[in-house]
Amino acid sequence: MARVLINFPQRAMRGEIIEIKTLIQHPMETGYRLDNKGVAIPRDIINRFTCAYNGDEVFRAELFPAISANPFVAFSTVATESGELGFSWTDDRGQIQTETRQIIVE
Amino acid sequence: MTGGARSVHDRSPPGPPTRRWIISAVAGVGLAGFATKAGATEAAMDEAIRELIGEAPLEPGKVKLELPPIVENGNAVPLAVSVDSPMTEAHHVESIHLFNQKNPQPYIAAFHLGPRAGKARVATRIRLADSQRVVAVARFSDGSFWSDSADVIVTLAACTEQ
Repeated sequence: MARVLINFPQRAMRGEIIEIKTLIQHPMETGYRLDNKGVAIPRDIINRFTCAYNGDEVFRAELFPAISANPFVAFSTVATESGELGFSWTDDRGQIQTETRQIIVE
Repeated sequence: MTGGARSVHDRSPPGPPTRRWIISAVAGVGLAGFATKAGATEAAMDEAIRELIGEAPLEPGKVKLELPPIVENGNAVPLAVSVDSPMTEAHHVESIHLFNQKNPQPYIAAFHLGPRAGKARVATRIRLADSQRVVAVARFSDGSFWSDSADVIVTLAACTEQ
């Protein structure tokens, strides 16, 4: 499992806009590089990232090779109710990494 | 052999090619190749944007693309896009798309958001293979498209060759 960093305030007021910052460890191999024998290294990037708030998708990103290694994505959402934020990253090999974090809304 | 005894002042093309002629020909081919490559990707960016927006007009404004004007390392260039929108159910930004001019591929990323985002702002880090223009396009819920662009000078490009 790749290392993941997720950062947002654990407690928020109802209706408050919170910023969510995410980072996942991944080489984001572009497919344009050659190895030392001159053979193209196959593309392997995270092509999709989603964030769901209590099961409802609130943010989705499609990524291309121009996104840096260890992709960082920051976005925002409105704190509506206490519950769970689910994060999911999918790469070219079909590997899916999911993480969940709790949020308390007062 | 007549060709081997040519004077250095003789620049007439007939006869076997001289070393000077070969060098200039090779240089010309190299430059032409580079020029068409750069042109092709600029057209590719326009094409990718056109594919997204279709026949709709693309207007500058409402979108703010934040990029440093000069970056030292093209492998990780911080980028943020904020869009002026109330982000209500009736009026919001549906998606934000990023394009570049000179990377091998014109598309950088697409971000899908909605009224639950609260504000239309996203940030990420991108790779830039050369000094170039980056374009951000926002699709609004009313079907309109707005854009902003920024020129970046890259001193150390993201390595695509090795």
